[in-house]
Amino acid sequence: MKRFSLFPYVIWMTLFIVVPMFLVLYYAFTIPTETGATWSLENFGRFFEPIYLRVLGRSLRLAVISTVICLILGYPAAMVMAGNAFTRKNVILLLFVVPMWMNFLLRTYAWLTILERNGVINVLLANLSLPRLNILYTEAAVVLGMVYNFLPFMVLPIYSVLSKIDKGVVEAAGDLGANAFRVFTKVVFPLSLPGVVSGVTMVFMPALTTFVISRLLGGGQFTLIGNLIEQQFLVVGDWGFGSAISVVMIVFILLSMAIMSFFEGEEKDVALW
Amino acid sequence: MVRFLKRSYVYLVFAFLYMPIAVLMVYSFNDSRSRGVWGGFTLRWYVELFQDRTIMSSLYSTLFIGVTSAIIATIIGTLAAIGIHNSRGIQKKLIMNVTYLPVLNPEIVTAISLMILFVFARVRLGYLTLLLAHITFNIPYVILSVLPKLRQLNKHLYEAALDLGCTQPQALWKVIIPEIMPGIITGLLLAFTLSIDDFVISFFTTGSGINTLSITIYSMARRGINPKINALSTIMFTFVLLLLIIVNVRQAREEKKGRNGKHGSKKQIDSFDARFGGA
Repeated sequence: MKRFSLFPYVIWMTLFIVVPMFLVLYYAFTIPTETGATWSLENFGRFFEPIYLRVLGRSLRLAVISTVICLILGYPAAMVMAGNAFTRKNVILLLFVVPMWMNFLLRTYAWLTILERNGVINVLLANLSLPRLNILYTEAAVVLGMVYNFLPFMVLPIYSVLSKIDKGVVEAAGDLGANAFRVFTKVVFPLSLPGVVSGVTMVFMPALTTFVISRLLGGGQFTLIGNLIEQQFLVVGDWGFGSAISVVMIVFILLSMAIMSFFEGEEKDVALW
Repeated sequence: MVRFLKRSYVYLVFAFLYMPIAVLMVYSFNDSRSRGVWGGFTLRWYVELFQDRTIMSSLYSTLFIGVTSAIIATIIGTLAAIGIHNSRGIQKKLIMNVTYLPVLNPEIVTAISLMILFVFARVRLGYLTLLLAHITFNIPYVILSVLPKLRQLNKHLYEAALDLGCTQPQALWKVIIPEIMPGIITGLLLAFTLSIDDFVISFFTTGSGINTLSITIYSMARRGINPKINALSTIMFTFVLLLLIIVNVRQAREEKKGRNGKHGSKKQIDSFDARFGGA
């Protein structure tokens, strides 16, 4: 009985996870000809055309900026939450998780209301007789949307690692003469690196591949990798090129996973709830 | 003083996280189309929301897909977790790695790979493909919810049941399943919420005319601001909040029973990990 319980899953997984992955690879590495298809690297070659390199450059730049902002904002927050500033840590943590359960689109849409020409910010500024700010449909709005949506992804892994650090180690460093700054740079921060790495990947990857945030808050002027993939499949119909970009994204993921497992060492037991 | 500063910082971050949601909720009661102006309290947008055919039909699709995909994913996922728990070595590693694939892949990659599959296999894009896609991305989360419960299980329980005269299916149904029930329910709720929340995968695997709520919101938001979306946000946020409270109360109650002495905050982190692939 127990042996057969895997069957439905294995079949499902093969059909809907493994086969689609191979189809993506197939489309990425072939180009259509009159007689069918032939193996080629042409799709990957197109990626190096200046227009697409610019898209890649812009995506990387915005993703890096968002990740750095998330880290700068998120690390202190995680540290405070892991420390003893709050007595009811569970509640604080839950408060952090709740907004993430709100529909992702609605969270992004909320910023439209705040940033638009007659939005909350501009009305406030007008009441103070200050000039309007045109933030919506700029790169700043896209970065803001990314930071807003992905900040918890940065805070929670760091918090998780920080709260597991042995307090004795920190005290020992202090006893041995390190001042607060040195305790942080030499002990706490290095120990929290696994959390930082996992936070950075968890912000960077979705920021790199999003197409919703750039479409809604960037107004469609800022084509990112995600938008490029979307266009290839839904507008242009060039599956080969779209698949090639996707393969590049998968390679990014595999690389970041390898880096993460390097930092994390042995495999952790994943426990839920 | 330092403590006060530390706290204020976290409250500031909370303000950043909650402000947009609060603004949406407040403006859902605003009797003026222009956002900046407060035109008085109204429930007009809620009335219009419920009269909007497109929104209501996409709400129906969302709930239908959410419930169906969560149930099917829970059945397949629970069986799979039992199977994975009992397998060893290469087989286990291989299956676990494939399980993590949809969790770790960028959503858009999972989405286009499924779209390619459906178009390639000449399945008409619509309800069926949406359902298949949702089940697919839900199963891993069910497995990740059920596996820890299986690990906590006493190994000899199953054998004891067999010794006491249960057949194998009976032992599974009457002993194992009730023991891992909390994990199964968690998985079911997680799957349901994820399905409702999903946009990217639905966007690529749906056909013309069949929209989930997320897709409808996207197409409305692309055209600019619509107070009906605010009303919808308020309802959805309240609903999700209630669901979360139920889950947490259940969890707290279970902890009281003293079954597992794990720290609560760690659990929340882990559920987060499992949801967003940080594990």
